[in-house]
Amino acid sequence: MTLRFVSGSMRGRLVIQLALIAALLSLVLFLVVRTVAERAAADTQDNILLASATSISDALYTERGAVRLELPYSALSMLGSISEDRVFYRVAVGGETLTGYDDLPLPVSNDANQFDTYRYKGETVRAVALKRNFSTGNHSRDVTIVVAQTRLGLAAISSRITNTAMAIGVIFFLLATGLSLWAAQSALAPLTRMAGAVTRRGPSDLRPVVGKTPAELAPLVEALNSFILRLKASLNRSEDFIAEAAHRVRTPLATVRTQAEVVHRSLNQSQNKTALREMIRAIDESSRSAGQLLDHAMVNFRTDQFETAQLDLVELVKETTDRLSPTAGLKDIGINVAHDIPEFPFSGDAILLQNALRNILDNAIKYSPADSIITVNMTSDPEYQIAVIDQGRGFQGGDAQSYLNRFSRGENVDDVVGSGLGLTIVQEVAVAHFGRVEIQNNQTGSGACVSFILPRG
Amino acid sequence: MRFLLVEDNAQLAKAVSDRFALDGHAVDHAADLGDAQAFIETTDYELILLDIMLPDGDGRDFLRRHRTSEKRTPVIVMTARSQVSDRVSLLDLGADDYVTKPFDFSELEARCRAVLRRQGGVAHNKIEFAGVILDSLEGTLNTQIGAETLRNRELRLIEIFFAAPGQIFAKSHLMDRLFSFAEDVSENAIEVYVARLRKKLSGTDAKIETVRGLGYRLVDQS
Repeated sequence: MTLRFVSGSMRGRLVIQLALIAALLSLVLFLVVRTVAERAAADTQDNILLASATSISDALYTERGAVRLELPYSALSMLGSISEDRVFYRVAVGGETLTGYDDLPLPVSNDANQFDTYRYKGETVRAVALKRNFSTGNHSRDVTIVVAQTRLGLAAISSRITNTAMAIGVIFFLLATGLSLWAAQSALAPLTRMAGAVTRRGPSDLRPVVGKTPAELAPLVEALNSFILRLKASLNRSEDFIAEAAHRVRTPLATVRTQAEVVHRSLNQSQNKTALREMIRAIDESSRSAGQLLDHAMVNFRTDQFETAQLDLVELVKETTDRLSPTAGLKDIGINVAHDIPEFPFSGDAILLQNALRNILDNAIKYSPADSIITVNMTSDPEYQIAVIDQGRGFQGGDAQSYLNRFSRGENVDDVVGSGLGLTIVQEVAVAHFGRVEIQNNQTGSGACVSFILPRG
Repeated sequence: MRFLLVEDNAQLAKAVSDRFALDGHAVDHAADLGDAQAFIETTDYELILLDIMLPDGDGRDFLRRHRTSEKRTPVIVMTARSQVSDRVSLLDLGADDYVTKPFDFSELEARCRAVLRRQGGVAHNKIEFAGVILDSLEGTLNTQIGAETLRNRELRLIEIFFAAPGQIFAKSHLMDRLFSFAEDVSENAIEVYVARLRKKLSGTDAKIETVRGLGYRLVDQS
């Protein structure tokens, strides 16, 4: 679902930020692990180099005033245990090489033992230089022992460490990202819950949102609740307004109409009578239009806050026809109701449905000739269908279905008072109940047939 | 019939009273709920016509009180409000029927009649003329030969004659009483109904006579 007003996602933003932090931390972790591990490896090499040099120095001895050395095999073999690295050594007495590589550099300073890294024979070597003062009877000699080793093994270890550190970094990153996804989800869960609670509400449910919400959401809930209250007040106002408007319009009209009737009765001149008659018809027309406009507004209002209840359509139809039978009786019109099953259980707004039926029947009575019958035929298969059939003039001109539009009337109705809103109201009520209206002329003989069709079950 | 009209708009109340008087009904007018209460405590009415928006309260409260009291006088509410919104509460509160302002008097009368018929038990309005008894509530004509049922327009027409036997009624006058303002009918339409009544009165002493150029009148042939 894509919503027009969506700009970015809070969850997305949260996840991306957390992932970036995780990436940074992973990098730091990687660097730290690698540095520490490489240092440890280098220290190990240094320690072995020192131990080797020390063991060589331990093997020095003096013979007839000269320094001698019996190179211990173990001194070099301990270096070989690390890797296949090449080992160089040099033992110099006072600058003269006693044994080993002549060109292996001797340290410049006089510290007891010093480590150094430099290029030698085309390779980088790590070297330790050990200085010993050797006494040969009457004078002492400075002995320097240098042991150097190439760093190939260390480089291999370093690359292994780098790989491991990288793996640790990646695993950490993935773990942290997964956790941040979960954290974003759970942080936004109250918001999702609230949206769900508001969405699930019925259209007429204007109660404020209650229930515990996190402090961060409280302002939103508060704003929502105050909006709901304002909406409710505005809806109530419009209902009151419709009622008030009806009162204001209808009471003076009632006065005028009644007085006109009284005057009409007392007049004798047919010319004046005709004029007054026209006036009364005009009053009827305007009051009917006003009434239907208000009814239309009320129907819209009610369909907006649709309230359903279980009802029986047969009972509803009978109530409505009973209510209208005095009006029909004035023209000696009978209303017959027939239904194929005893009850038509339906869930809907009784007031709206009754209003729709009243409009259909009003029309039928208006257009029926005196001494005729209006038949209300109710069938239940496959849908509920309430067909109101009259013996009037039927629909004439244009597409019959177009009478359902606002202010649209037939071409043959100039002599009958009407607003063109009746069938529109009927249509709106049907649609609100997921039904429809079908209008046509009777197949047999004259008259119109308006069918109000509602879904069953 | 004797009506109580509870309506705060003085002009409308005057017009309604005048209009009912034309048909021979007596109307007492109460401008508010206090007056209305005083009226029903002193006089028995056949019907109460009640407005909803009144200066000293809501007509629905009066209706509720009236229903809990002993009186069974039927009440027809005259409402200006939307038919959609008021219907349920009015009928639930015990109104027998309602009309929406502005109302057609023939319709109001028809409703009054229907309500009174449903109510039953009240003294019937029976008029006798030349051995023929007209029950205007049941819509029947009882003669020595038997009972005839009258359709709505037949009943309204014969009531006019029975109310003033011997008086000549012009066709146009009868037209006004019988047809609504919305209907366009020629004066000849009245002849159809007169013919029907004559058929139902045949064999009795009552006769509807044609007075050439003037109209019709009811006479006793015996």
